[in-house]
Amino acid sequence: MLIGDEPQLPYQRPPLSKKYLAGEMSADRLLFRHRAFYDEHRVELKLGIQAVRLDAAARQVELADGERLGYDRLLLCLGAGPRRLTCPGAALAGVHYLRGLADVPPIQAALKPSARVVVVGGGYIGLETAATCRHLGCEVTVLEMADRVMNRVVAPVVSEYFAREHRGHGVGILCDMRVVRLEGSGRVERVVCADGSVHAADLVIVGVGAIATTELAGNAGLACDNGIVVDEYCRTSDASILAAGDCTNHPSLRYGRRVRLESVDNAFEQAKTAALSLLDRPVAHDRVPWFWSDQFDNKLLIVGLSQDFDGQVLRGDPATRSFSICYLKGRELVAVEAVNHSKDYMAARKLIAERALLNPEKLADIHVPLKDSI
Amino acid sequence: MPKIVFTEPGGGRREINAPLGLTLMEAARQNGVQGVVALCGGACMCATCHVYVDPKWLARLEPREEMEEGMLETAWEPRANSRLSCQIQITADLDGLQVTVPQRQGQ
Repeated sequence: MLIGDEPQLPYQRPPLSKKYLAGEMSADRLLFRHRAFYDEHRVELKLGIQAVRLDAAARQVELADGERLGYDRLLLCLGAGPRRLTCPGAALAGVHYLRGLADVPPIQAALKPSARVVVVGGGYIGLETAATCRHLGCEVTVLEMADRVMNRVVAPVVSEYFAREHRGHGVGILCDMRVVRLEGSGRVERVVCADGSVHAADLVIVGVGAIATTELAGNAGLACDNGIVVDEYCRTSDASILAAGDCTNHPSLRYGRRVRLESVDNAFEQAKTAALSLLDRPVAHDRVPWFWSDQFDNKLLIVGLSQDFDGQVLRGDPATRSFSICYLKGRELVAVEAVNHSKDYMAARKLIAERALLNPEKLADIHVPLKDSI
Repeated sequence: MPKIVFTEPGGGRREINAPLGLTLMEAARQNGVQGVVALCGGACMCATCHVYVDPKWLARLEPREEMEEGMLETAWEPRANSRLSCQIQITADLDGLQVTVPQRQGQ
């Protein structure tokens, strides 16, 4: 049985900030599978109702309508929810978050040409949404708290590239901007920042990160620490309960530390790991994470984790609109950010997983394929 | 709707009616074709909707673009007739197209 608080059949979220928001993709095309698939595989669906309590001792899940469902094994795929603004005015009408399908129509309704959109947060979601809003003819300003966009996930040269791309398309990218309050009579009209600047807004879209959904697990006594704590087989601290996806804090075997990832690939792969564990055919989750972002006609492809490195090599020239940044620890490749360069990205996935040692001279030469830079 | 015939990784044959306007990947997934994973949902970013197109049909498809080319280079067992099915639009003249799904997706 599959329980979900959203009424729709399981669907893909990445297009929500891109083609689906732009109105270029029907909701039907977001679905992973049609209903017949679930029927064929005898998966009972309980959609549009929230699981509100977990009683691990009694092995029961309680739904919002009071129904209690018993289980032998339980898998928690709870995802993450948007971090919310807490400043004065944060609850005004016209302040939006983008996480689920239901968030989209109210935003779309306000995205008229020339509407003034202020995006709070210059991360993936903020920038993708900004690009889509601009594509629809809105006046768009992005307010980023750090000194550059996507500062937590990419190198400065990549931040600069994307800031330039956005500005070239007429998006205002303002960094070092801390939002202190939202103002308006009844609905948001202005965003005020710590430096005193005031940004007029017909709507505000907030993308300031996500928080793992752990309440259900935490209240049931499962170990949680920035995510539901699981091992490499997706097992929680309760032998009957597993967890997978954005909601988990899990070991990365490749990087030798615990991570919490917001990543489609990780969600798919942990789901497979959990399924195998449920079938008592456990196989450890051992995966190099990867991520992508579409902004205007640019594809940003990231593979690996770049928190621990001692060298960086730029391959190619950002002016050509196709380049990559390789992160090295000694001669070992640990992460790559590729902008419009799918070959480097795909090669990197392999090289990082294999813990390949690279030749820095070859690496710096864009004419030598990354896969041959060993 | 054009009919498309898939050979699945286990050797099974599945004939589907592919709606116009979708991509080959979407039509495959909606019809439960095994082995077409499409993690990224059709953004040309994951190489998990890799298929082998019957060589007779290759010339009738729009050629690969650079991103797709790069994705396929280190995909699992790429061949001359490899394509990412998310990059193929279903059109009326694809009626009868035959494709084979590789034994594995990704790398």
